[in-house]
Amino acid sequence: MIRSTRSFTLALSTAAFFTVAAIGSAGASQWLLPEAPAVTVMPTVDTLSQVQLATTAGRYRDGSFTGVAFDAYFGLVQVQANVQKGVLVSVDVLDYPNHQRTSRSINRQALPLLQSEVISAQGTRVNIISGATLTSRAYLRSLKSALSRAGA
Amino acid sequence: MRDTRLIMGMPIAVEIIDDAPFRLMDDVYDFFANIDNRFSPYKPASELSEYNRGNIATSGLSPEMREVLALADRTKVETNGYFDLKRPDGLLDPSGIVKGWAVRKAARIIQAFGVQNFYVDAGGDIQTGGKNRNGEDWIVGIRNPFSEHEIIKAVKVTECGIATSGTYVRGLHIYNPHFPKKQIDDIVSLTVIGPDVLEADRFATAAFAMGDQGIYFIEELPGIEGYIINSSGVATQTSGFGEFVVS
Repeated sequence: MIRSTRSFTLALSTAAFFTVAAIGSAGASQWLLPEAPAVTVMPTVDTLSQVQLATTAGRYRDGSFTGVAFDAYFGLVQVQANVQKGVLVSVDVLDYPNHQRTSRSINRQALPLLQSEVISAQGTRVNIISGATLTSRAYLRSLKSALSRAGA
Repeated sequence: MRDTRLIMGMPIAVEIIDDAPFRLMDDVYDFFANIDNRFSPYKPASELSEYNRGNIATSGLSPEMREVLALADRTKVETNGYFDLKRPDGLLDPSGIVKGWAVRKAARIIQAFGVQNFYVDAGGDIQTGGKNRNGEDWIVGIRNPFSEHEIIKAVKVTECGIATSGTYVRGLHIYNPHFPKKQIDDIVSLTVIGPDVLEADRFATAAFAMGDQGIYFIEELPGIEGYIINSSGVATQTSGFGEFVVS
């Protein structure tokens, strides 16, 4: 079983969770990664104050705490809060709780041969980004529940 | 003018290059807010929630809801049942199609004002029109599913739509209707380019549910191209995808 996670390192403030690099700042329609100007998107329903992060040591118990999975409109989001020395140090988004491989009975010989490559970073200037999005509300709720489990 | 607002739990970005009345931006965001109020599975008072609870008869549905449900039915047939808005619990969840549908509608609202050069981006489902502010083609970056600040492909999308389905960041949000309990774990990201964002979105959702076979389904569709990334970081593209690639 593989537990694949995405890790978000905490910056100085909780607002870092909502930094969406895909959004250029006003007036900058083009930008070059990784120096992307970022806009902080504030959550609409839950507020940052609902997730109280430990700013001083000893607020939470050390360890990893898994939050409840919340519906993020397009799916479920579940996070794991990692606490060291009483302080939240990182949050993992749990992507694959299970890893099962099932063989399929599709006749591969009938399929066309398509070009494959190992993905690698590109430095091209882009206007817009396509990819999955951070869903702040479900993320916050799951984090909040994880931290309540870590409560000292 | 350019704006980004958080609606439906995701950032929605709109850029309008042409001169247009300032209220056009508000009109577009009002439209998205209305869609959220109608289709949100969160909101107990949304039309979708009321319909799922049996409080609204099919005959009493709004034209918008009927349109989306009809589109979903068509997509289910076209994808051999891989697109199915009925969840394992029996409730309807049109999320896999509403986003692309709404972005296409928003693009039409903008075009109705005579605007030719613009884009609308709802959480990575993008419709472009014309050129960017430098008079160049719009370039869309495909995000590295393993590293959110990294672009692993840049594609030129002129007068077409692009959408990405993935398991990353949001967690697993698509399941295989034929095997609801089987995790779709062999692919992590599927980007689809189509004649418009709705076509891209609905086929991205369905093909993603097919796992690593989804790219072959996309290959068979005329006018639709795809780029799939598996959990080992290997990408496979359809035979016509390369025409869109900048780098």
